[in-house]
Amino acid sequence: MIVPWGETRLVQGNEAVALGAIAAGIDFFAGYPITPSTEIAELLAQYMPLLDKKWIQMEDEIASVSALIGGRLAGSKSMTATSGPGFSLMQEGLGYACMTEVPIVVVNVMRGGPSTGLPTQAAQGDVMQARWGTHGDHPVIALAPCDVRECFELTVRAFNLSEIFRTPVILLPDEIIGHMRERVVFPRKEDVHVVPMSVPDVPVEWYEHYHESTSNVSPMASFGSGYRYHVTGLMHDVHGFPTRKKDEVQAKMDRLKHKITRRLDELEDVRMHEVEESSVVIFAYGSVYRSALAAQAILKKKRKTVGIFRPVTLWPFPDRTVKEMLDSKDVVLVPELNQGQLIHEVERMTRDSVRVVPLHRIDGYAITPEEIVDAVLEVI
Amino acid sequence: MSATIPYEYKYLRAKKRFPHVWCPGCGIGIVMGSIIRAVDAMGWEKDDIVMVSGIGCTSRMPVYVDFNTLHATHGRGLAFGTGVKMANPDLNVMAVLGDGDSLAIGGNHIIHAARRNIDITAVIVNNNNYGMTGGQFSPTTPLGARTSTTPYGMIEPGFDVCRLMDGAGASFVARGTVYHVTELDNMILKAFKKKGFSVVEALAPCPTNFGRANRLGGPVEMMKLLKDNTINLSQLKAMKPDQTEGKIVRGIFVDNDSISYGDKYAALCENARKAAEAGK
Repeated sequence: MIVPWGETRLVQGNEAVALGAIAAGIDFFAGYPITPSTEIAELLAQYMPLLDKKWIQMEDEIASVSALIGGRLAGSKSMTATSGPGFSLMQEGLGYACMTEVPIVVVNVMRGGPSTGLPTQAAQGDVMQARWGTHGDHPVIALAPCDVRECFELTVRAFNLSEIFRTPVILLPDEIIGHMRERVVFPRKEDVHVVPMSVPDVPVEWYEHYHESTSNVSPMASFGSGYRYHVTGLMHDVHGFPTRKKDEVQAKMDRLKHKITRRLDELEDVRMHEVEESSVVIFAYGSVYRSALAAQAILKKKRKTVGIFRPVTLWPFPDRTVKEMLDSKDVVLVPELNQGQLIHEVERMTRDSVRVVPLHRIDGYAITPEEIVDAVLEVI
Repeated sequence: MSATIPYEYKYLRAKKRFPHVWCPGCGIGIVMGSIIRAVDAMGWEKDDIVMVSGIGCTSRMPVYVDFNTLHATHGRGLAFGTGVKMANPDLNVMAVLGDGDSLAIGGNHIIHAARRNIDITAVIVNNNNYGMTGGQFSPTTPLGARTSTTPYGMIEPGFDVCRLMDGAGASFVARGTVYHVTELDNMILKAFKKKGFSVVEALAPCPTNFGRANRLGGPVEMMKLLKDNTINLSQLKAMKPDQTEGKIVRGIFVDNDSISYGDKYAALCENARKAAEAGK
């Protein structure tokens, strides 16, 4: 038994991602070594042969994400793990997986950039790359864990969402979360919901590889299952064959968008602490959220109440909830390990009367609780 | 009298996807015919075949054949195919690639597919230039040749595809042409039979781009060039060195029996499980 179901263990974030992948039923891993994500590949190299699952180290990250897409088309739940520079190389495959609606999971343990940057240190610099990194238009799904247990849970959720929405899902732990060790109480196996790969039940001649509607997805047949179809990154019709007919192009592009934007309730995941009663709210995700929690406790001792708003699903951005909960606040402090990325989304969803205050740190070190406390005291 | 429909038709998406995109005189359709005849000789079910490709003229082939077909991104056909083969080793995976696709942007993937000895057959249609984008030079454009990006002549030496694949560790390496079709059919059939990574380079004319830029004549003249400028291995042995100068050699250059990556991986899993159980 590789996943310690129901047990309590001291586990590293990256290790929890690997265990989460096993829990979700990973069949195929293809990757390329890169700090600070390598433990995920190493642990799966150890675990997966024992389970008769496929693991391969490819020649680069482009090959890795390409192999994942091939693997999933042939009926294997597939995941890779990388970091910033590798994530940049994977954009080609991510765009292809979006376009061809192939469910894969890409873990990007975020390190300092740009370029080779700070391989061993934390950042949240790839949040916008996750959203806008590929060429062309399409929504994406990206999740950011804030602790080790969440690395496990959100890896399972990433697999589930990828299958439900037939789209790649990006997991965005920052280096601090990936390399942190914490006590984790693992759930019991029966308490973990795993979405199986969908299987079409229509006769072969009725099979449409893509849903005819502009907002739903079809069950995806696997190569070798008797449903023969064509897959191409060219614009295509419901059978997957290239098209330039404007109605078919429009329907395809609408589906890529609406299959996600019309089901936001299933995707949105926001955690709030004392947001309603506070006029000052800290908007934080990933490791920064942990500092925000500590800052909230310190401020409480000083008899200052601040709320914390944490998006777990970063993309699609929780527009409605941000508007509903933060639009009437005096101050929203947005500490991020970058030069300001999600802050622009917060600004977009709040009126001018709300002071949206940035707190950036881009030197590779964590934002400390004290820095957040000081920033809060400065604005109230 | 009713017309006889050639058996190749049952492997085509004949009613739906034709006419095809290839120019008159292009050699890619001939290679597709060879692949289909070799598939038929293998007796494979269409459901069990996956044809992957990258981007370019050759890579448009999958749309016309009634297999599981995957038109991937530029250069990555073999990386996609590696994932397919790993996920389901029972599938017969082939990659159809152009010279630019497989050797420039996909150069890294093809040498590692060969080194790894993954059980895939790669058919490289070599027409000495990028046809889809209008005839730019590729890694197999001969020295001195004119293309739209070598208006003053090619100064880079080209790859010898077969020597490259031999060096990288492929189990089967052959070169044919679309003029010598029976020979090409046979080479592809042998490649399909080979466990491990097999490569067939098929020399093909591109009259629209390469031919026109180099004043090589039309489709017929370019076919004659393939006939006159190539010799097979037995001709090579019988000829004196000065007679073979400038000739391209056809034939099977590598035919090794070695264990494929998939078989090695299966053995690895079994050994790892046994060791884990013994350690308990």
